[in-house]
Amino acid sequence: MFILIVGAGRVGAAVAKSALADGHEVSVLDQDALSHERLDAGQSKSWEDAQGQFTVGAALEVDALIGAGIERADVFIASTGGDNTNLIIAQIAQKRFGVEKVIVRVIDPARAAWYGEQGLHTISPTKHAIEMFERALETELA
Amino acid sequence: MYAIIVGAGKVGRNLAQELMVKGHEVTLIESSRSRYLAIEEEFEYSAQYGDATELWVLERAGVQRADLVVAVTGDDEDNMLVCQVAKEKYLCDRIIARVNNPRNRDHFRLLGIQPAVSATDLILRLIEHEVPRYGLVHLLALEEERLEIIELEVTPDAPTVGQRVVDITLPEGSLIISVLRDGTGFVPKADTTIEVGDEVLLVLDTGLEEAITSYFAPYGQLA
Repeated sequence: MFILIVGAGRVGAAVAKSALADGHEVSVLDQDALSHERLDAGQSKSWEDAQGQFTVGAALEVDALIGAGIERADVFIASTGGDNTNLIIAQIAQKRFGVEKVIVRVIDPARAAWYGEQGLHTISPTKHAIEMFERALETELA
Repeated sequence: MYAIIVGAGKVGRNLAQELMVKGHEVTLIESSRSRYLAIEEEFEYSAQYGDATELWVLERAGVQRADLVVAVTGDDEDNMLVCQVAKEKYLCDRIIARVNNPRNRDHFRLLGIQPAVSATDLILRLIEHEVPRYGLVHLLALEEERLEIIELEVTPDAPTVGQRVVDITLPEGSLIISVLRDGTGFVPKADTTIEVGDEVLLVLDTGLEEAITSYFAPYGQLA
């Protein structure tokens, strides 16, 4: 599988590393060249030596997406720091480039829920955190 | 009419003022605290503080009964998202989005967010109008219909000079709708003869500009 991950923050970089370790082809796009350091951190080989790809560019720039390989991506992961950026680029990946599997990080649970209903695979870390807190609270109070 | 305007920068603020002067009901939403405090005094209850890409903020502003949602923040992703949600979730009939970076124009179109207005494009259009290259002026582009209306000033070397309209075979998908001569416009008849200096208005399918230019202003016209 060829996996394109846009946004190499804590989440994006960690998912990129584990996908690469699982034997997938992984390309990462981030507008900050320094975010590359997260891909190398804690690894025995550099990201490139481990056959990972890294492109510096803005998520909304079609040229950057193409440079990062979106045209042959099987999976697209939108994990930049901005919910709206993620939701827009996910739809670009889906509608313009026909990427079959699109996964989007959306911090805001309400937006995640609605776009989920519209057919995007959204993941809301906040929603998960809320649920875990509620469960923890129940356990503490039991 | 009830209009929600998202983004209280220069564009949003002036737009809100104009609409209110015309007697429309307006809510202006601003997500920056300092900017909100600056507009609150002027707009009072018509100003709301919040991030309009959050659904509850739009709902609090009454998006369900809005006739128009205009997103004019400085962030294209935010503008696209607000309009998409307004249109598809809250079924608002009319949306207008501001395009900050003209390179994002395709994204707005892809997501069905139209009309999308770009100041850069508007100024370019104006420059074209003021400084007509090849004598061609874009008057109106109907993007949905893929039609445009252009104006061309007939140059002395044009093959159509002295020809009757009925004898001019224009490319499929184009039509002369009006001729301006000596300051007056008229709808040409079959026997109207094209003269040098005429300003010819045409409606045509997009993409035909160059072909049409060769009929009326082949070697261009120095402005």
